[in-house]
Amino acid sequence: MKVVLRNPDRELDVAGGRLLREVLTELAIDPDTVLVIRSGELLTRHDLVDDTDKLEIRPVISGGAL
Amino acid sequence: MKCTRCRTHAVVELRRHNAAFCADCFQGVFRNQVARAIDEYDMFGPEDRILVAVSGGKDSLALWDVLLESGYHADGLYLGLGIGEYSDRSHDRTVAFAEHRGASLRTIDLAAEQGFDIPLAGRKGARSSCAVCGLSKRYLFNRAALEGGYDVVATGHNLDDEAATLLGNTLRWNVEYIARQAPVLPAADGLVRKVKPLHRVTELETAAYAFLRSIDYVVEECPLVAGNTQLRYKESMNAIESRSPGAKTQFFLGYLDRGMPVFRTAREEIPLTACARCDQPTTGTYCAFCRARAQILGERLTPVAPPEDPQQLATELSEEVLPAEIFGEPVDAR
Repeated sequence: MKVVLRNPDRELDVAGGRLLREVLTELAIDPDTVLVIRSGELLTRHDLVDDTDKLEIRPVISGGAL
Repeated sequence: MKCTRCRTHAVVELRRHNAAFCADCFQGVFRNQVARAIDEYDMFGPEDRILVAVSGGKDSLALWDVLLESGYHADGLYLGLGIGEYSDRSHDRTVAFAEHRGASLRTIDLAAEQGFDIPLAGRKGARSSCAVCGLSKRYLFNRAALEGGYDVVATGHNLDDEAATLLGNTLRWNVEYIARQAPVLPAADGLVRKVKPLHRVTELETAAYAFLRSIDYVVEECPLVAGNTQLRYKESMNAIESRSPGAKTQFFLGYLDRGMPVFRTAREEIPLTACARCDQPTTGTYCAFCRARAQILGERLTPVAPPEDPQQLATELSEEVLPAEIFGEPVDAR
């Protein structure tokens, strides 16, 4: 499964066939700090992901000036 | 996972509410939270003219979207910060959003209007680039709102922003800053009312809303923000939140309910006067923006002939925060 990470943009190969939360745990990513997008749809950590999927993991945190 | 409301497939999980929602129900929940914030603090009404401070990011564009969808008279103001391609992309996204919705957008270019951009401020100024950026936004948004006859300036500060700010001020016990933190900053002479309608929703929620609304926002982070203190506080709050969902909400909304009234009683009202350079409100001779600008550009703010009284001269130098080489020899104020 291809996983695209942002800021900076990079791509990883990760095993599918499991729950998204297991993938996020493997990547040490807090599920409350990212959107996970597959084929234009948002996923929750309870969704199953497949070896053929391509996921974008998009951070939501921003630290601009206040 | 099923939607808490309609039992269809959920696409957004909100652990702080122990709930999950499908795309349609989530957008309704999000809009309700914003409407609740507006009503609870009487931020503005349907007749008011709102100036939305937009950056091209998820928060400000989500806010503008909600206000337009709710029928408010909301115009946008974009400030060009001069941060290379990042600013170019941010501006492009903002313009595209406005054009798609037929909304009115004004753009101010910081360098063209004030003679400096944020990268220059980071190299030349005594403040961090983030500090000058925030200062410039507050100053120019307020001035533009006054000039344009707007009733209120709305910003996209979300619950994570506010919780991180509160954490930072609490760690230092900046009582005056804590007392001033509120969803509404009332109008004063020369200051337009400022409101934060997204203070009840998290960054995850604004990002999800923007995505579900097909808002093409800038995903990349500002290249100057690395190491930003605010980011570190957010990471700390997120570490607590991951183990105790809802902690962030309790911290900030609990402050608004129970802490803010206590801190407000300790708040000292400082009289405002007009800045000697720009006429904007300030507590000193010159406003913070004019002092920062002068420092960045190496300009002097005081009259050419310095006061004869060394104490007065030292005070004015201190207010300007000018480097000694601009004004001459250092002054012994003792």
